[in-house]
Order: sequence, then structure tokens, then C-alpha cells
Amino acid sequence: MLLLYLKVFLVGGFICFLGQILIIKTNMTSARILVLFVCIGAVMEAFGLYDPIVNWASAGALVPITGFGRSLAKGAIEAVKEKGLLGVLTGGLSATAGGIVAAVIFAYLFSLIFSSKTKKY
Amino acid sequence: MNVTERNYKYNRYVDSKKPLTKNFPTLIYAYVVGGFICMIGQGILDLLLYLYPTMSVDTASGWMLIILIILASFLTGIGVYDRIGVFAGAGSIVPITGFSNSITSPAMEFKKEGIIFGMCVKMFSVAGPVIVNGLGISVIVGIIYLFI
Repeated sequence: MLLLYLKVFLVGGFICFLGQILIIKTNMTSARILVLFVCIGAVMEAFGLYDPIVNWASAGALVPITGFGRSLAKGAIEAVKEKGLLGVLTGGLSATAGGIVAAVIFAYLFSLIFSSKTKKY
Repeated sequence: MNVTERNYKYNRYVDSKKPLTKNFPTLIYAYVVGGFICMIGQGILDLLLYLYPTMSVDTASGWMLIILIILASFLTGIGVYDRIGVFAGAGSIVPITGFSNSITSPAMEFKKEGIIFGMCVKMFSVAGPVIVNGLGISVIVGIIYLFI
């Protein structure tokens, strides 16, 4: 139990650590980092390399944005097996629809409620 | 002064004014904050599986991500998440909470330019590229698996 949380911390932290190295070495903006990590996650899932990490570290591999890329690829692969050519187009988005819709709807809601504050730091 | 010389001087001036990311401490902060967010995710996942034992792990992890997204969106709204982002760097960008933050933050910022052309357009200034590229990759993966 406690060991699992340690694994989650180590793997999740390590993925963020890689992102921070990219920021320091190449001055990449956050959008580029997110795009790069989603693509890495999707490619790793396509080669079957990401599932072992998920089995080993559970949320440590699901919570970083590479997990988002993983579910895009995984959705596409599963939909292709079920529906054939149509699955190529429907698979990716239907697997991640929950996350994207929640992010958009709650962003809309909270930005109607709250206003941005002047940054003081 | 010719153009190349001017550009060189200008670029050097810009480089001297750029805020430098301090190397070593930010790496530790990114590791700790990123790992901690993942541990919160694991906590939510275990809680869901404990409360609803019939739920499959896939459904529970989907809910876990949605709960994290809502939490991050709320924390961005009250201005806490940006404060974490200042010292955590990639530790707050790379987890799925950073994706949610990147949608909520510009939406709040551009609310004053109107709902449609301010908020709804700028909402996707970071999430747009992520979704477009992610879908592109997923279609490529799908096509490859179609022929295997």
C-alpha cells in the first residue's frame, strides 16, 4: 500500500522532472511541452511500452499528460478492433472525451464566476 | 548600422533581460510537486475503488482524472494554482491538472474581451495544439493498427 504510493511519487515526479529539464535546457513554452509529452505517451502506447508502466505505478503514469496521450492511442487501437475504419476517426476522441469536456465546461463555469487577479510576483 | 549587426545586438539585449530559470532547485520542486499531484490522484483512485467496489479500474481512473481536472480548474479560479506554478515549473504543467489550468487561466484572463471572441477563443490557445496533435497521433496509430 505505502510502497504503491512511493512508486506513484517516483514515476509521476520523474516525468515532471524530465519536463523541467526540457524547460531549463531549451526554454520550451508550456504548450510545446504538453504537445511533446502527449505525442510521446501515444507513441509509447502504440508500441505497448506504456501499459507496463501503468501496471507498475498506476496513477504515477496516468496523471501526467503522457497518460492523456496513452488513452488517445489506446482508444484508437480498441475502436479499430471493434469498428474497423470508423474506429480510426472515433476512437481517440471518444476515449478522452470525458476529460476534455470536463476541462472545457468547468473552465467556462469558473471563469464566469472568478475574475483574474493582478499578478503581484 | 546594418541589419545583421542590429539583430545581433538586439538578440543579445533580449537574452540579457530574459528571466533565468534557476537550475538546480526548480528540478527538485518539479519532482516533488509533480509526484505529490500524482499521489493525490492515487488517493482519489483508491477512495473511489473503496466507495464503489463494483467499479472497474478503467472507469475509476477516468473519474479520478475528471476530479483532478475540476479541482485544478477551481484552484486556478481562486488563484492558488498559478502560485504553485511559479516555483514548481513543469511539476504543475505536466500533470493533467496543468492541462486544465492551461484552459481555465486564459479563459479568465480574456473574459474582459467578451465571452465569444475573448473567453471562448482564448480557452484553446494551449489546449488547441495539444488536442489537434493528440488526435493526429491517434489517427496515425489507428491506421497502423488497421493494417496489422
